Amino acid sequence: MSPKTLYDKIWDAHVAHEAEDGTCLLYIDRHLVHEVTSPQAFEGLRMAGRKVHAPDKTIAVPDHNVPTTLGRDNPETMPEDSRIQVAALDTNAKEFGIHYYPVNDVRQGIVHIVGPEQGWTLPGMTVVCGDSHTATHGAFGALAHGIGTSEVEHVLATQTLIQKKSKNMKVEITGSLRPGVTAKDITLSVIGETGTAGGTGYVIEYCGQAIRELSMEGRMTVCNMAIEGGARAGLIAPDETTFEYCKGRPHAPKGAEWEAAEAWWRTLYSDDDAHWDKVITIKGEDIAPVVTWGTSPEDVLPITANVPSADDFEGGKVGAAQRSLDYMGLTPGTPLSEIEIDTVFIGSCTNGRIEDLRAAAEILKGKKIKDGLRAMVVPGSGLVRAQAEYEGLADIFKEAGFEWRLAGCSMCLAMNPDQLAEDERCASTSNRNFEGRQGYKGRTHLVSPGMAAAAAITGKLTDVREMM
Amino acid sequence: MEKFEKLSGIAAPMPLVNIDTDMIIPKQFLKTIKRSGLGVNLFDEMRYDREGNEIADFVLNKQQYREAEILVAGDNFGCGSSREHAPWAIKDFGIRCVISTSFADIFYNNCFKNGILPIVLPQEQVDVLMADADKGANARIEVDLEAQTVTASDGTAFSFEVDSFKKHCLLNGFDDIGLTMEKSGSIASFEAEAAAARPWV
Repeated sequence: MSPKTLYDKIWDAHVAHEAEDGTCLLYIDRHLVHEVTSPQAFEGLRMAGRKVHAPDKTIAVPDHNVPTTLGRDNPETMPEDSRIQVAALDTNAKEFGIHYYPVNDVRQGIVHIVGPEQGWTLPGMTVVCGDSHTATHGAFGALAHGIGTSEVEHVLATQTLIQKKSKNMKVEITGSLRPGVTAKDITLSVIGETGTAGGTGYVIEYCGQAIRELSMEGRMTVCNMAIEGGARAGLIAPDETTFEYCKGRPHAPKGAEWEAAEAWWRTLYSDDDAHWDKVITIKGEDIAPVVTWGTSPEDVLPITANVPSADDFEGGKVGAAQRSLDYMGLTPGTPLSEIEIDTVFIGSCTNGRIEDLRAAAEILKGKKIKDGLRAMVVPGSGLVRAQAEYEGLADIFKEAGFEWRLAGCSMCLAMNPDQLAEDERCASTSNRNFEGRQGYKGRTHLVSPGMAAAAAITGKLTDVREMM
Repeated sequence: MEKFEKLSGIAAPMPLVNIDTDMIIPKQFLKTIKRSGLGVNLFDEMRYDREGNEIADFVLNKQQYREAEILVAGDNFGCGSSREHAPWAIKDFGIRCVISTSFADIFYNNCFKNGILPIVLPQEQVDVLMADADKGANARIEVDLEAQTVTASDGTAFSFEVDSFKKHCLLNGFDDIGLTMEKSGSIASFEAEAAAARPWV
């Protein structure tokens, strides 16, 4: 048998039909659904008189629009258009008989945090969702990617997707990370190296000692941003860390089924002599805590660097860099650690898990945020929130001056009331620093949770290593 | 879905690289439960000021590009969010074809589901078409999907690659759910085999 990558193995196990030209019907094991990209798909089913093909493999949760303030299960707290979207998901979930975590369920949260937490996401699966950050689930060695609404409708109706295979790319992080350096710094540094189109046409497998040493939470952070590098999906081969995380989750297999599943999962790795179309190697010890300075996730620099000038770039990036500097209100040559911020946001499907809150709380313990600064923590799910309260992390955040919110996507994309004002500058643990992403003319610097906490204390972008 | 066969139209130049789907259609317009009516908000934050007045120097606000049916764009067009609202807005504005050196994967797929043809060409060919688009309303670019060619206003023709299945669906305006349902036998046998091999799924 010819050697295969992990991606090859998962792909081969899910091809339901292959046409002569290589176009495949890829079978989908888990379809996650949220309120923003699904209403038109359900409406399409209704108009065509179609049913959901596999309702038991379909899981819905409202996350993008929902307010994160107390009392939100009163629909009056939502603007009318948001309320209609959430109500549409309620109705569609009931009418089509799919699994559902409504807004008042403690298990509600960001779809990419709920899926793994409930054991819906398991190694070797195919997972899709009408959301680009579906890449997150690749941390389990599941082939997971975002799809558009037409494809959501296609999966609802047929449980398959029409696909052609992507190429294989290996990103190896050798050695160990230095203190203060996290999964977020790995994933941003990789994008800094490859650019936001560097992964286009590929599925990335992240490997190497630094990846093996990450927890599941950290691995989810790394894979979450594979899409920011342009890749269809990011993958990490499952290992003991993965199995330990999955075991005992509500929808994970039990008993003999678990044994059978684990035996198969242990075959899910890239063979030694597998073919790679592209390979990138980065030394773990060379990665520093990083921040973004511009309006593309590839605009990454170590916190110890200075704001670049447009002249430092080539081709079309010169104009884009100048536009970014103007938008961000930054002067070339300014040390990044001197940039003052107005707001800190800790949360999102990138960094809204318990380990992220622990990392931020560790820095904030016994400290106060800078006077006048706005700071909020939005846990990724109701269960993350409950765990953080149990561990005393919520008290640390509140005593430091952070707002302690309910779960949702919140200021990562600002579809709910949590938004930046014009020119407001934010250190954010989210995944996109695009123009207007966190609010009209809002300015976003992407950082790790520890770096966000450090920035909250000093009021400017700060090297977390100085606080450790 | 509307068919795409041939198109001869005005092309608008947008040389900026990494135009993301947040730029194409900002999140406040994702709260709709319909697919229609988004064209007026295409590129909203680049196109209008805070009071809703048009920003005169934005390309689609210029007289010669108001009827543009083709967009010639910088590298990595459509990166970011999977929102299909981006191609819905583009189509609703009247644009049927986008030409760039590369597209983000999800956006590229979404275009084909909505009767929009995304064309990938090498940098030097995009540069020629960008210069052509800069000429405004007098420079009409021709796109022929069957022949897989783009022809600039001076007659220079470039060929492009497109996946055969995607081409077939776009040329005929096929609903691919219907096509997949014709293979329901294959799906059912796959399900039976998978349930035996991986009963925990």
